[in-house]
Amino acid sequence: MASMEITQNINQSSAQNISTRLRRQTRIGENLIQGFLFLCGMISIFTTIGIVFELGKESLLFFSTPEVKLIEFFTTTTWQPSIGKFGVLPLVNSTLMTTIFAMLIALPLGLAAAIYLSEYASHKARSILKPILEILAGIPTVVYGYFALTFMTPLLRGIFGEDNVQIYNTLSAGLVMGIMILPLVSSMSEDALSAVPRSLRDAAYGLGATRLETAIKIVLPAALSGIIAAFIIGISRAIGETMIVAVAAGSGPAFTFNPFKGAETMTGYIARISGGDLAYDTPDYNSIFAIGLLLFGITLILNIVSRRLVAKYREVYE
Amino acid sequence: MTTQTNENNIIIQANDLSIYYGSFRAVKNVNLGIQRNKITAIIGPSGCGKSTVLRAFNRMNDFVQSAHNDGKILFHGQDIYAPEVDPVQVRQMIGMVFQKPNPFPKSIYENIAWGARINGYKGNMDELVENTLQAAALWDEVKDNLKKSALALSGGQQQRLCIARALAVKPEIILMDEPCSALDPIATLKIEDLMRELSVKYSIIIVTHNMQQAARASDLTAFFTMDEDRAGLMVEYGETSQIFTRPKDKRTEDYITGRFG
Repeated sequence: MASMEITQNINQSSAQNISTRLRRQTRIGENLIQGFLFLCGMISIFTTIGIVFELGKESLLFFSTPEVKLIEFFTTTTWQPSIGKFGVLPLVNSTLMTTIFAMLIALPLGLAAAIYLSEYASHKARSILKPILEILAGIPTVVYGYFALTFMTPLLRGIFGEDNVQIYNTLSAGLVMGIMILPLVSSMSEDALSAVPRSLRDAAYGLGATRLETAIKIVLPAALSGIIAAFIIGISRAIGETMIVAVAAGSGPAFTFNPFKGAETMTGYIARISGGDLAYDTPDYNSIFAIGLLLFGITLILNIVSRRLVAKYREVYE
Repeated sequence: MTTQTNENNIIIQANDLSIYYGSFRAVKNVNLGIQRNKITAIIGPSGCGKSTVLRAFNRMNDFVQSAHNDGKILFHGQDIYAPEVDPVQVRQMIGMVFQKPNPFPKSIYENIAWGARINGYKGNMDELVENTLQAAALWDEVKDNLKKSALALSGGQQQRLCIARALAVKPEIILMDEPCSALDPIATLKIEDLMRELSVKYSIIIVTHNMQQAARASDLTAFFTMDEDRAGLMVEYGETSQIFTRPKDKRTEDYITGRFG
């Protein structure tokens, strides 16, 4: 009985005040938060635009100097600004070489580690291994650089002979860079694999599939988009990595496909020049902006291509 | 508690089966003989261990790290938990259909071909796909779209695809874990009709929350409930008509008349 009265009271009061009660409220906190979040998003967008603008402006300056010709920049194989030779290919070549060596380590081992952690490891094994991998990711890259120079290079020289392997070489830097990137690839890949629903694994096991068949043929394809994303981030990381190559890959531009020889990468060159005592507004100095822009372009293209690939091949599991 | 069944016709038999998760006993002392080419329903309130028992029949509980068993499950007289038994082989002979339809995110064709292929099927794949889809009463609806993603199918169609996929591995027993709980009534009736057709060739065990479904679609019914120590146990097992019209145990009667659960 009491509840009836209450209902009636509410009915009456809301009938009288309904337009007041339904009136749009101003919620200042809500608006402030929304504005703040929008601002945070804008900051990163404006920073990106600012960087691209600055790179573009300085690059224009570089390409407008009479000694520099756009076609020669992209096609000739000597980089010697002091004598007016601006062929970027040696730098690009050594960047690609170190990146390829790094990926030969990081992609297969990272993916294998991810499959082990997500599909095979017991809770206990995972609780030990994951933190160790994360520690590997926390080591400063300069330490990796010295690791390359004082451990990997002597190791390579021991295997392939001191006459064949120079003290600074792209192979050593690339391999150590691979070790550095491995935890990133494995951790992101493992997230992608673990996100595949349990029910898909059940379905495969229920059909008499082994763990390997389930992991490789069901879980991996379903997680492909995340794994490709991990690979792309790994590759971008390798292309942009500076400290290891600056320490271990050598500090003279050289156009060589020999992994045992030293050759400066794009990032290594930028680091050396921006830390050096070159005058502003010389072509030498401005060249680092052009190279920076080129680096940016390479990773951008990589991202676009990979998005296309992922959209085409992944198996969506909703 | 006794299993009043013809010994020769039993395809799989749980003997004094207890299942533990860690130290918690989820199911205790189950003695259940499943008859060949019959549909056996397992019913009972939530938490009584129906699904746990079902998943023990093809060793799907192996994937729960803390799960372990006492007792035996004899499949054609062989204990499937014996150390020399390969659980992968067990699951090839005892297939499973799950609560929520879980087709692979691949084409309809590939959903069926995959299981057959990993199990070494060497025959004509197109034929196998057509035959199993027909056996699962899905062929007419999908025959023009075999390359389409299985995820584009309706829930009921997906579940029939999962049944077809299980058939393609040529199992002897099909375990169904509440296969209709995510489906509408019309799709549910289709699955029930399909189960009836399949029971000519296969033995089916179905766990269901839906008592009408058990009454409609099964030949035999096992009623499980929970004991005071929260362990599931089997109360009564017999012909479905007898369980639903003349239950011997008070607890069964209470459950099927809706006074409990």
